[in-house]
Amino acid sequence: MIENVMGSAPDELVREDRVAGRLYTDPELFELEMTRIFERTWIWVAHESELPKAGSFKSTVVGRQPVIVTKDRKGVVRTLLNRCRHRGASICEKPSGQVNGFTCPYHAWSYGLDGSLRGIPYPDGYEGVMEKRDLSLGRLRTESYRGMIFATLDDDAEPLEEFLGDARLWIDRFMKQGGGYPIKVLGRHQFSFRGNWKIQLENTTDGYHFPIVHRSWMASVDSETADMMSFMTDPTCTTHALGHGHSVMQMVPEHSDLDLDDRSEPLQGRFDDVVAELSRTLDAAQVRKVVRAMHGTGFNLNLFPNVSMSAAFFRVLRPVSVNETRIEHVAIGPDGPPELAVVNRERLRIHEHFQGPFGFGTPDDAEGWDRVQRGAAAAPAMPIMVNRGLAREKPSPEGWPTSHVTDETGMRAAYAQWKAMMSDD
Amino acid sequence: MTETVTEAAAPAVPIPTTDPRVVRTIELIWREAELLDRKAYEAWDSLYTDDGFYVIPIDPEAERFDDILNMVYDDARMRRMRVTRMTEGYAIAAVDAARTVRTVSRFVPESVSDDEVIVRSAQILVAYKRENHHLWAADLVHRVRLSPDGPIGDRIVHKIVRLVDSESAVPAAGFLL
Repeated sequence: MIENVMGSAPDELVREDRVAGRLYTDPELFELEMTRIFERTWIWVAHESELPKAGSFKSTVVGRQPVIVTKDRKGVVRTLLNRCRHRGASICEKPSGQVNGFTCPYHAWSYGLDGSLRGIPYPDGYEGVMEKRDLSLGRLRTESYRGMIFATLDDDAEPLEEFLGDARLWIDRFMKQGGGYPIKVLGRHQFSFRGNWKIQLENTTDGYHFPIVHRSWMASVDSETADMMSFMTDPTCTTHALGHGHSVMQMVPEHSDLDLDDRSEPLQGRFDDVVAELSRTLDAAQVRKVVRAMHGTGFNLNLFPNVSMSAAFFRVLRPVSVNETRIEHVAIGPDGPPELAVVNRERLRIHEHFQGPFGFGTPDDAEGWDRVQRGAAAAPAMPIMVNRGLAREKPSPEGWPTSHVTDETGMRAAYAQWKAMMSDD
Repeated sequence: MTETVTEAAAPAVPIPTTDPRVVRTIELIWREAELLDRKAYEAWDSLYTDDGFYVIPIDPEAERFDDILNMVYDDARMRRMRVTRMTEGYAIAAVDAARTVRTVSRFVPESVSDDEVIVRSAQILVAYKRENHHLWAADLVHRVRLSPDGPIGDRIVHKIVRLVDSESAVPAAGFLL
């Protein structure tokens, strides 16, 4: 007999093996999540390649609050509230670009890239009323690790590196897919679904759904790629809980650390043309490195609460309301010499094949999530089960709770963090 | 894939939409629209040439699609796999897809010859699924190869669907534009 999850306080709604269905449907819980999680912890806002030089900017959100991430004249990356200090108008509505500063369209108050208020038209009306230095744009604490830029609205939040903790090792490994070059953002798909953000948070650590929901994609790829993703019964494929709600799901463990290569693995035949073209200018070892990393790393690193470093892309989630979520699938590739264009072209086609609103994978995921949201409206106290693999979950040598890749260890980790943050006044 | 699309500058004298070659092209575009609304994807695919491209870009200005991320950038191989996906019954998004009704109008012939016609148009599509209507508005460009055998042999060389909201979030779709 599976007991219902009664009560309404956050610490009553999450148990080790189940969570209440109302976690997806209760608007009051959603409001609490915005203040207790999204306005308190580290939220991923950009990759460093999106801010290549002074004056580069990117618009995004932290929780529901619009922000602009900028690189100022001194090269310092800033996260600024996208809100004029005068009457609250947004000062930037472009997704990204290159500017000298920002001017509010309403009364032309102008701000520098560091957020300082530079100019006010007809300033005599403010004489004896206020000083410009007191009205900079709101600034968020901004820190980065290996090019991943995060911001927080909480000045007292722990340092980013502490928050990432053991996930840092996996970020280091993820970046090896550049094949010796840094990685850069190549483009992004954006789509929305009618469901709660946590349904997507769970999905990036859900190996169990893969061969079922993605049967259509599996049927369309070459046999080598399909074999690579056949992890359902492979005991070496595991999921680790890394602390702070982060987890890593290893679908292709032989590609978890791309530096480990005994050269016994043949490169996939589908990349023969790429290999031939690269071999005209690059040495064989370098060619092997970038081609072997063509599908990215062999794992999804799920960082609580809004970003996943997922095989060969970033998945970024943005809660809009209790039952609406926007997702970005950010394509990445090596940032190297022009000869690598052929590699990034191939990576773009691989990304288009699975991801985005018309991919062979994403629409099927979104259909599944939509159905979860609709179904969860029935019996809000009836639990959502996250108990798969609980009996076989053991600590790894590093001390990380570990189970099979199809198990729900990563979801349990995320919900434990949710519970801790939501219960903390 | 090395598709290059160079859209001709507007001709000094507008090409009338009553030109018989343009009429043939518009009829093909309407036939395509109806096949897509009926989800007759096999028949739809047969309207394309073997070197034909079906593209839904993200970047509204893009004319070349190789080195950028697109929503769809299908050559014949990808298009056929997509048709299989939409029809074989495994893809839950396609099995439970929205019903769609689209109109294509505001035709502007861009170039015309006895072999090939390029026509720009506007497409308004309404998709309905589970109590929700969603509006998809797009500018289309069709490049159509005219057949010496008459309209039955006319084929699409490329179709580019430029959604008005291509740079924003759109719903994940279980149908084609």
